[in-house]
Amino acid sequence: MPVVGVIAVQGDFEKHIEAIGRLKIPDLDAREVRTPEELQRVDRVIIPGGESTTVGLLMERYGLGAALKELAKKGMPIWGTCMGMILMAKQVEDRKQYTLDLLDITIQRNAFGAQVHSFEDEVKLAGMKDPVVGVFIRAPIVTRLGKGVEPIGKYRGKVVAVRQGNLLGTSFHPELTEDTRLHEWFLTF
Amino acid sequence: MAATHSRESLNGKKGVKTWREKVGLAEMLKGGVIMDVVNVEQARIAEDAGAVAVMALERVPADIRADGGVARMSDPEMIIGIKEAVSIPVMAKCRIGHFVEAQILEALEVDFIDESEVLTPADEENHVDKHAFTVPFVCGLRNLGEALRRISEGAAMMRTKGEAGTGDVVEAVRHMRNLMKDIRRIQHCREDELYVIAKELQAPLDLVKQVRELGKLPVPNFSAGGIATPADAALMMQLGAETVFVGSGIFKSGNPAKRAKAVVEAVLFHKDPKKLAEISRNLGEAMVGRTVASLDEKELLATRGW
Repeated sequence: MPVVGVIAVQGDFEKHIEAIGRLKIPDLDAREVRTPEELQRVDRVIIPGGESTTVGLLMERYGLGAALKELAKKGMPIWGTCMGMILMAKQVEDRKQYTLDLLDITIQRNAFGAQVHSFEDEVKLAGMKDPVVGVFIRAPIVTRLGKGVEPIGKYRGKVVAVRQGNLLGTSFHPELTEDTRLHEWFLTF
Repeated sequence: MAATHSRESLNGKKGVKTWREKVGLAEMLKGGVIMDVVNVEQARIAEDAGAVAVMALERVPADIRADGGVARMSDPEMIIGIKEAVSIPVMAKCRIGHFVEAQILEALEVDFIDESEVLTPADEENHVDKHAFTVPFVCGLRNLGEALRRISEGAAMMRTKGEAGTGDVVEAVRHMRNLMKDIRRIQHCREDELYVIAKELQAPLDLVKQVRELGKLPVPNFSAGGIATPADAALMMQLGAETVFVGSGIFKSGNPAKRAKAVVEAVLFHKDPKKLAEISRNLGEAMVGRTVASLDEKELLATRGW
């Protein structure tokens, strides 16, 4: 029975669990992960939206970060939305903060500005016929792509979705919409 | 694989502001701690301890209480300084009904406005029309009716009022229990009783129906007012809060950095008494505080707002 673990240190983890529930796939289980022990019982991982400084700090302090890096090396599929993508990045512009160093990218945080500049807009993704509605909340963008990182979505010329092997990162929040195509796609990784 | 997705479209609209994106920021703050800070140094301590956001204000509620006088929106200068110092969201307070203070805070691009009973109310009938703003608002509640009135005015997040600046958690507990009791009643009554319940609650019927369906408020529900220790924070989380605000409790204590870190960890491990025991050790003195029972009726902040 496939198990999706959603990192539940802080953020909108419940929304990802609800989104996976909406897929109505028999035997597919989505559960909250807070400790390295809980991480050992899942097949793939979603890192939700939230505050990257808070979650990074706690993942480092309680060993969840190290355990996740270990599993990523063995090929576990991991998807980060907004904060999740920041935490997966190798580098964050202008800041020293803990990251998992998984995606070979550089992130610019709050790239569109403060909350008053948060917005929704359609985003065209590689391999998807119809665009998705991207909910951008104090969203980051990708400013550098390393070797093997594929930009799969751009918004106004800025990279907002990337894939590197089994790793996926999006600047926006599909879990806040009714559209579950990205969740379905991630399950095929 | 079952194709169950329902595709969405913005019908050609570009870069729109939405209710979903407003409430979305509150969703991102869940499971965290929001800390009151009065200067850049405190804001940095809060961020380093793992706060998900800071509330920038000139005086923490304990000092507002001690100083007396009219409490107003903070000086934009200090809010700007704090915004520049941290990467996490920065919130600020406006007086109840003072929509021009709210306009100024929006112009400063704070990430959330708290229309707060901690400041002196500017209008004793009307709250701010929060739908008129692009910045999201959080408001205080003592019960479900008050929460739904604020949500109908456009609040994207709610919090218990508690009794700010006391270090006494008793009112936050009362307000959270009131709310949960009201929600349970709505869930278990007959459908045809909702009309009268909505009237009693003085709340819009459609929101009452939404609460019945969801079993919780239609926006995230946080807790504030008198939280001073990791155990207080965990108590509010176990009672149903989705995040906690800690006001005077951190920077009025003996060792703010250590206590801030401990409260953050207590929220994460709020269901694990062993971890909480570890987290609560050796934090130094908690804020001295005042019991709510010793306050005069006119000293109460929670009764402001209607």
